[in-house]
Amino acid sequence: MKKLITTALVSFSLCCLSSAALAAAPIKIGALFAVTGPASFLGEPERNSAQMVVDEINRTGGIKGRKLELIAYDTGGDATKAVQLANRLIKNDHVVAIVGPSTTGDTMAVIPVVERAQIPLISCSAGIKITEPVKRNVFKTAQNDTLAVARIYQQLKKEKKNKVALLTVSDSFGSSGREQLKSQAARYGMQIISDDTYGPKDTDMTAQLTKIRGSQAQAVICWGTNPGPAVVARNAKQLGLALPLYMSHGVSSKKFIDLAGEAAEGVRLPSGKVLVADLLPKSDKQKTALLSYVKDYQRHFKAEGDHFGGHAWDAVMMLKGAIERGGDTPAGIRNALEATRGFAGIGGVFNYSPKDHAGLTQDAFVLVEVKNRDWMLVK
Amino acid sequence: MEFLNQTAQYVISGLATGAIYALIGLSFAIIFNSTGIINFAQGEFVMLGGVLTIFSIATLQLPIVAAVVVAVAVTTLVGVLFERLAIRPLKDATPLALIIITIGASILIRGLVMLLWGKDTQALPAFSGNDPIDFAGATLLPQHLWIFGVTILVIVGCRLFFHHTISGKAMRACSFNRRAANLVGISVGRMVLLSFVISSALGSLAGVIIAPLTMTSYDVGIMLGLKGFCAAIMGGMGSGFGTVLGGLILGILESLGAGLISSGYKDAIAFFILLLILFIRPQGLFKKGETDRV
Repeated sequence: MKKLITTALVSFSLCCLSSAALAAAPIKIGALFAVTGPASFLGEPERNSAQMVVDEINRTGGIKGRKLELIAYDTGGDATKAVQLANRLIKNDHVVAIVGPSTTGDTMAVIPVVERAQIPLISCSAGIKITEPVKRNVFKTAQNDTLAVARIYQQLKKEKKNKVALLTVSDSFGSSGREQLKSQAARYGMQIISDDTYGPKDTDMTAQLTKIRGSQAQAVICWGTNPGPAVVARNAKQLGLALPLYMSHGVSSKKFIDLAGEAAEGVRLPSGKVLVADLLPKSDKQKTALLSYVKDYQRHFKAEGDHFGGHAWDAVMMLKGAIERGGDTPAGIRNALEATRGFAGIGGVFNYSPKDHAGLTQDAFVLVEVKNRDWMLVK
Repeated sequence: MEFLNQTAQYVISGLATGAIYALIGLSFAIIFNSTGIINFAQGEFVMLGGVLTIFSIATLQLPIVAAVVVAVAVTTLVGVLFERLAIRPLKDATPLALIIITIGASILIRGLVMLLWGKDTQALPAFSGNDPIDFAGATLLPQHLWIFGVTILVIVGCRLFFHHTISGKAMRACSFNRRAANLVGISVGRMVLLSFVISSALGSLAGVIIAPLTMTSYDVGIMLGLKGFCAAIMGGMGSGFGTVLGGLILGILESLGAGLISSGYKDAIAFFILLLILFIRPQGLFKKGETDRV
């Protein structure tokens, strides 16, 4: 009996092997996203979007007749785990390229691993350190914080306001924003009147806002991710704070409007164009990609596609282009990626070059304002 | 004048946050008094109150009053199950082991809620509008009045219950001396269960009334639980009134600290006070020495 089973198993596995060898083997690409943990608001839409694009590519015949296989792991936003999983993707799964990770911390930890193995990595996180200085195999799709800060300061300068109060969350997102807000202030002639912070789990920011109300500030810039900024907006309304309130791209989703309710009215923030896809002029190069992404995401996940998921969409689509042009070897993909020009995706129009692996300019961000519980473009 | 107005606002904001800490602190103290353990799953009861109310309104389409009742009832049930399944079976466990069990339970509850209702933060509509009320140069929201009102009711209710009913007196007896209470015919086990019922109901009630202000998500309980614990420690883990004062003082100090000193040190100020009290007056701010208890 035992012999019979063994024979059956052996013949079965032989069968499988031969049939797999007949069809062209799929091209394996790896993905690392923080699907759980504090950064899950990034990782979840990213994983969903990446899987959605891969499925779509396979449904329409794959790349030159070969299917893509996405091997996605959850880092939980933990850098140590991200490194282990990156090693697993490279050594066990033999992927030709990696998409992600979601956070700057994870990405920085993974960079040495991919540089050593010469596997191209397209990060979905925003930190400026990732691509400055340029690393041979590392690219990214998320817009730098620098660009978001510049967009806010430009607008304030246009309105002849130069005294700002900062209110940033005390986590890595907030402190990176705070650094950029402070370092770029001089260039735009901004004067930082007060510099306050709040904890990521704080439930009342009236104290900080009362202090700001008593100062000379002409605008408040709050840098954080939900739910903190929603509390700030509500508290500002409670206090009758008459200053314009600017937020970061960290809250650029409908969720923010839901949480802040009426208090969201009039809040402005820099955002990727995905929020206002339907309001963009027809001449906008990204419009087609944006509309199709929003529609697909809605159909697959019954949720609004946000610009975080867009980072993964851009990464997989550029990877697809690179494989079409450069073949399925890591080196070929890397060279083709670096030669990507004028790719109009979700995050912006990407132009990679040997000197620039971030590929975006300031017009990747638009300034939006909440009006009647929806986003409007600020002219 | 501006300074006075600002200070008034800091104090009012502090009182509002402090009242929340006080409510949570009370529910810590109630379990501590009848069992001698610190229930670190208390913050999770607060979270359950808010999350379940939102679920009842959004998914079950219940009116808000019914939703609150359902949320408090379900959370109380969770508290009862917790006591029956995790605390009671370990009759001779040390308090330390039981405390670790409560930490485990809090992680379990948090995980289940995350799986069932997702990781998103949700907001509950305010009970009576969002129009700010001016008060002595400061502003507060109608929801703050709800919080103050419920806190006062709970304090009065606790006072009446623990000093003027048989069950309440029996629970206090257990807290003073379990063995003696047992000898005079008080069922200690039942009192422990009752303490879990009261404290999970109180915790969830706190969660419901703060949800419109602070919003809620699966992980909101950790910090609120810790702050409530601070309040209870300041009050000496027992005297109901002391805990309430502890909560209010903590809230005001936090708010003044953030406004007048530095917002970066807001939590540091609170926890520094906690450590200071643990070092200097481990019996609490408002309590005389141990000997007075018997």
